[in-house]
Amino acid sequence: MELLRDVLSWVLLVGGGLVAIASGIGLRRLPDLYTRMHAAGMLDSLGALCVLAGLGLQSGASLVTFKLALVYAFLLLTTATASHALGKSALRSGLRPLEGVWPAPGEAQSVGPEAGDRPGGTTGPA
Amino acid sequence: MMFGVTALLLLVAMALGLVRALRGPTVFDRILAVNMIGTATVALISTLGFVVGRDDLVDIALIYALISFTSTLAVLRFGDHERAQRSAAARHASTDGAHGSSEGGL
Repeated sequence: MELLRDVLSWVLLVGGGLVAIASGIGLRRLPDLYTRMHAAGMLDSLGALCVLAGLGLQSGASLVTFKLALVYAFLLLTTATASHALGKSALRSGLRPLEGVWPAPGEAQSVGPEAGDRPGGTTGPA
Repeated sequence: MMFGVTALLLLVAMALGLVRALRGPTVFDRILAVNMIGTATVALISTLGFVVGRDDLVDIALIYALISFTSTLAVLRFGDHERAQRSAAARHASTDGAHGSSEGGL
């Protein structure tokens, strides 16, 4: 039973860490703000859930586990609200989402991140 | 051991987020990166509490989550306010006839 708990905790903790790294890579590589918000949301929901659940398994049924659940509940409420506010604010400021097909690495970068990510650029790439 | 591995993975993710915060073309990319780093920090503080064997750090993580959310909203509201003021000023200038168009709120 102890072993099962430890194995499950390992899987959850390392899985959460890997989701966090995937989120960081997505934040680094994705082309525009709205796709990057998807990458960041992955850590906010799944990554935090895995890490906090893995920690909760280690602390057993105690006050600490309850506090960890409380942390996750707050994260669920606040990150969704922050993402909504961020997306609305960015859209209102005139930042258009990228449209069309992202060019392959060998092609011309005329629709590169610089085209759509100009601060306050009111037109998206054609 | 397992908490240390998790903390290391979270630190790598935070470093990747920091790259975006430093390079982000728009201010919204930076806000998004800082928000993501804040979430990773909450998980990291909770994990560190288990590394050093102190339960108090979970409380700190709870408070950090709330403060990080508040600061994100504050920065966004600040940007909205400034933009509204600037577009109002541009509208004022265009009614004076100094400028032809009042578009381009930022």
